[in-house]
Amino acid sequence: MTIDTVLLASFLAAMVRVATPLLLAALGETFAQRGGVINLGIEGAMLAGALGAALGATHGGVWAGVALSIVAGLAVAAVFAGVAVAARADQIIAGTAITLGCIGLTGAVYRQAYGPGGVGLSLPTLPVVALPVLESIPVLGPAFFRQSVLTYAGYVAAPVLWLVLFKTAFGLRLRAAGESAEHAKAAGVHVQRVRAAGVLVGGALAGLAGASLVLAQVGTFAEKMTAGRGFMAIAIVVLGAWHPGRVVGAALFFGAAMALQFLFQSSVSAVPYQLFLMLPYLLTLLVLAGAVGRTRAPADLGRGH
Amino acid sequence: MRAGRWFASVLPLGVALGIGLIILAASLAASGYDAARALGALWSGAFGSTDAILSALLPRAIPLIIVGLAVGLAFKAGAFNIGGEGQFYAGAVAATWVGLALGAWPRVIAVPSVLAAGLAAGLLWAVVPVVLRLRFGVLEVISTLLLNFVAEAMVSWMVQGPLQEAKHIYPQSDPLPLAARLPQLAGTRLHLGLALAVGMAVVLWLFGRRTLAGFQLRATGANPVAAKVMGRVNTRRVFALALLGSGALAGLAGGTEVSGTTYALFQNLSPGYGFTGIAVALLARLDPLGTIATGLLFAALEAGASAMQRDAGVPAVAVYMVEAAVIIVVLLADAWRRRSALLTAGT
Repeated sequence: MTIDTVLLASFLAAMVRVATPLLLAALGETFAQRGGVINLGIEGAMLAGALGAALGATHGGVWAGVALSIVAGLAVAAVFAGVAVAARADQIIAGTAITLGCIGLTGAVYRQAYGPGGVGLSLPTLPVVALPVLESIPVLGPAFFRQSVLTYAGYVAAPVLWLVLFKTAFGLRLRAAGESAEHAKAAGVHVQRVRAAGVLVGGALAGLAGASLVLAQVGTFAEKMTAGRGFMAIAIVVLGAWHPGRVVGAALFFGAAMALQFLFQSSVSAVPYQLFLMLPYLLTLLVLAGAVGRTRAPADLGRGH
Repeated sequence: MRAGRWFASVLPLGVALGIGLIILAASLAASGYDAARALGALWSGAFGSTDAILSALLPRAIPLIIVGLAVGLAFKAGAFNIGGEGQFYAGAVAATWVGLALGAWPRVIAVPSVLAAGLAAGLLWAVVPVVLRLRFGVLEVISTLLLNFVAEAMVSWMVQGPLQEAKHIYPQSDPLPLAARLPQLAGTRLHLGLALAVGMAVVLWLFGRRTLAGFQLRATGANPVAAKVMGRVNTRRVFALALLGSGALAGLAGGTEVSGTTYALFQNLSPGYGFTGIAVALLARLDPLGTIATGLLFAALEAGASAMQRDAGVPAVAVYMVEAAVIIVVLLADAWRRRSALLTAGT
């Protein structure tokens, strides 16, 4: 292999690794938004999932961490669903409040569990699993098929969510609730119930996204460690036009833009690295400006019912 | 009648605060902290002494009130500006830049220039979401949110690049020259920004109540289609102006913070003012005068939180739980009231 292909391979691997938490959270949020609910609380659900993963991994191993992250994400989503779906409060405000509360809760619990000041915490990480045959595809194989189980969970979740959304009665009801809650209700759909289900699926996946951040990417927990990845996932949903397949592409695009900074940070020192930190957000704005005219959000997105 | 309505809007806030504090105390006790001591420190950190009030509570309230006013202005027109954080930072960067350059100027010129720079930068930062929404249909919720991250990266670059202090060691700017600093009340950390914040609130209140533009703003937010068709309001223009004005105010908050409190630019200058400002505005029901009160409330919580961490070892971020609980309880109370109003109307 030449230097260039080695660089490319490591860039692609970083792209997939960085994209994994974004992908999981964005797929979940796609589900919630198809039902008409925009959940800014997934930033908080992801953070709670990350802390759940850390606590589980400390006391019961990595798999306990994965399980606890899902529970934590579900719990946060349940609170959001109670406020924004059942009580029909404003979704944007409820989501902001939930994220704020999660920052406070995880900060307090973390310091109590691991001591003040954030001592360098080292957690067991999920093993990298190479998928036979697929991993031997040149360049792409190791990048896409030599990852942790949670990356594969994202690969599986995308088609499954697509099937549920477009090929099942539940998916039809969910999309109807998102397009026109009034009409859906008139047709006998229990709008509140399907919307809550969408939000809960989103919460579980956001929790899992937190686990992948802690147990597959960083190997530690830090306060506010999600650093806006939940919000990024919301941008990815828009970029992916509320479609699971395109959301995978959009998440990889974000992963690539983020991985680019590792590549350039080491090689081009003349350019300030912060410009690369801006890149994913600026690119998203550009892509959205070009794409929005051709795609459409669920019509009742963000509207209480 | 008016007193009754005032009471009806303050009561849920008081109940919400009580519930929030109970949740905090319970979760502190459950995780092994001394809850009574923590709450005592929370109180004395905000109201315990004249010094606490003048040097911790009120200075903290200034950015919260101004950002709250910014959020309220946009939300009232139906423009969901979640980018207060980014606009705050844009204002802080510009204010620092101008402040460092104007050291030799008299204070009466330097300070207004610094604040104007913050205002202008916040406004410019809001041009992007306005254009993206009106020209390309990109939701401002998404674009303002994304621009927050761009602004944070820009601050990080500034304090390690063009605006880094002379010795190039620490990631922060040089301190602003005296001429660029807002005057302080002698012996305290309270600065003239408080008068600015209260003045802005009064101006916005008069604007909303007494002017046609203020009425058009509310009409656009309440029902854009009706405002356009029945009221012949140019809703696109109202949307644009509200969002630009909101950005300008948030930028002004950034300039005020640099010129009045920190005297320098650094990363994490804002502990999330852009987001807390949303809560401040909403709890005030977007009313400018109410924003002064809710800004003070949140400032008290955050000033008390620092004392709580110092004196009782409780992480300061724990008060975010109280803030979240307050918002959620008020939201639930509103939702419940709306629902019972609907039911009454239906029968």
